[in-house]
Amino acid sequence: MALLARWYDVRDLGNAVAGLMDALRDAGASEGLLYVVAGLLGALGILGFVGFTSVINIWVERRLIGRIQVRKGPNRAGPWGLLQPIADAIKLIQKEALTPKLADSAVFTLAPIVIFVPAILAFAVLPWGEGMVLADLNVGVLYILALGSTSAIMVFMAGYASNNKYALMGSMRVIAMLISYEIPTVLALLGVVAFAGTMSLSGIVAFQETHWSWLIFFQPLAFLIFLFGASAELNRSPADIAEAESEIIAGYHIEYSGMKFGLFYAVELVNVMAVSAIIATLFLGGWWTFGLNEFVPGWMLFIGKVYAVYFIFIWFRGTLPRFRIDQLMAFAWKFLLPLSLVNVLLVAVEVFIWTEYEISAGIVLPIFAVVNFVLAGVLIAGWARVMTRNYERFPRRARLVSEIDVPLPAQSGSAARAEA
Amino acid sequence: MLEEFGRAGFLLLFALAFPLAPILISVLLGALKIRPKHPNPVKSSTYECGVETVGDAWGQFNVRYYIIALLFVLFSVEAVFLYPWAVAFRQLGLFALIEAVLFVFILFVGYVYAWRRQALEWL
Repeated sequence: MALLARWYDVRDLGNAVAGLMDALRDAGASEGLLYVVAGLLGALGILGFVGFTSVINIWVERRLIGRIQVRKGPNRAGPWGLLQPIADAIKLIQKEALTPKLADSAVFTLAPIVIFVPAILAFAVLPWGEGMVLADLNVGVLYILALGSTSAIMVFMAGYASNNKYALMGSMRVIAMLISYEIPTVLALLGVVAFAGTMSLSGIVAFQETHWSWLIFFQPLAFLIFLFGASAELNRSPADIAEAESEIIAGYHIEYSGMKFGLFYAVELVNVMAVSAIIATLFLGGWWTFGLNEFVPGWMLFIGKVYAVYFIFIWFRGTLPRFRIDQLMAFAWKFLLPLSLVNVLLVAVEVFIWTEYEISAGIVLPIFAVVNFVLAGVLIAGWARVMTRNYERFPRRARLVSEIDVPLPAQSGSAARAEA
Repeated sequence: MLEEFGRAGFLLLFALAFPLAPILISVLLGALKIRPKHPNPVKSSTYECGVETVGDAWGQFNVRYYIIALLFVLFSVEAVFLYPWAVAFRQLGLFALIEAVLFVFILFVGYVYAWRRQALEWL
């Protein structure tokens, strides 16, 4: 057996696939067949990861949120409630699925299926280890952003086809929020791309490897903007105005039942994994971890980082109350957008200094890291102070309304206009 | 490069198969009479908190959403123009820096104008 004749480190899945490819090549397979087999194997691996995590994360997330909110979470089905996702799936799959009479039934059925496509396709360009990437596109970052913005259309398909006022309201809110947060996130990633000088994700990981540092140290502001922007785009709890139960019941999936509803539930978990993986790749070095990747397979480190970022998202969801829509829109347009524009200019100046004066990276990068951290802190704190100057800070005792000479938050806009 | 897109295409097949499988299983269960299917006029009417539905939802909608969409088009076009700049920036030098600063500055003026005209308020 050619496959067993060679020793491959079985911990590294990339080597296992390479071994299989070599064995097939020895057996006389044509290049076309090798290409198809390699593509199918890689896609199957990614699908396995997505399928497994989207099932197990139902349990992970509910347990963790339970712990954060000082309750137990699911603990009846199986040991520690581990079989809860399977119980959920069985329940959803054998439930009656209703389609409203007034709905556009073709689009209504299509929406939960196609909503998976951008979520899963985003995994195609992520490097799982050294050379372990399904499609190493040279426009990787742009590809991910393009996929991310298409999910607004799927949500609108669901909301519009339902022919329900709550559903339409929910999907309009999703679109307004998605396109508002699209701009700061795109501009934040622009800083990363300009700093690394490439749009390929494996190129960005290679940049972090050559300079022996993660990009989060050079781009703290971009990291924070992307983290907040992405957590809003995910439609999860601090920003889940699209399905706000207390306002518009369930938003765009109000009319869905049975497995179609289950798909909407699952795609949320796939999306959050995709965004965590993007953050782990761009800002936390992907599979590269300060030489630790010599001893531990890169894909294990990568998945570890993905779960670390995922934990932050769960933490947001478990602790923050829902924002109002005007607060969310103001946060995107008035807070994140100016900061991301400043960040782009900052990166441009830094890269210009770096390349024009041909300073060695060892000297210039630590300085940039310190400067960027200080500037990020100053900009965030300063801009937050400017934006909230009309709000009352730290009241020391209970007061009557007539004692407060500052306008209340809801009236600040109209009061400012009356003065002008 | 087309080869790489082709590999992403393999994932597209799986990405379509992944949500289709549970839907098809669900349909199969319906055919085997395991999954119930007893629609009646009340069940298949549009849900509106218990009261009877008035009209349909495909009508006019609040204009503020369109203002946001217009602003989005401006800024996303900006981002699309800036991405090639970001990749080629290292080769272009001072010219590209000034160009980008001017470009962002002009947009920033527009942004300030939009803010002054209350286009960013969610009224």
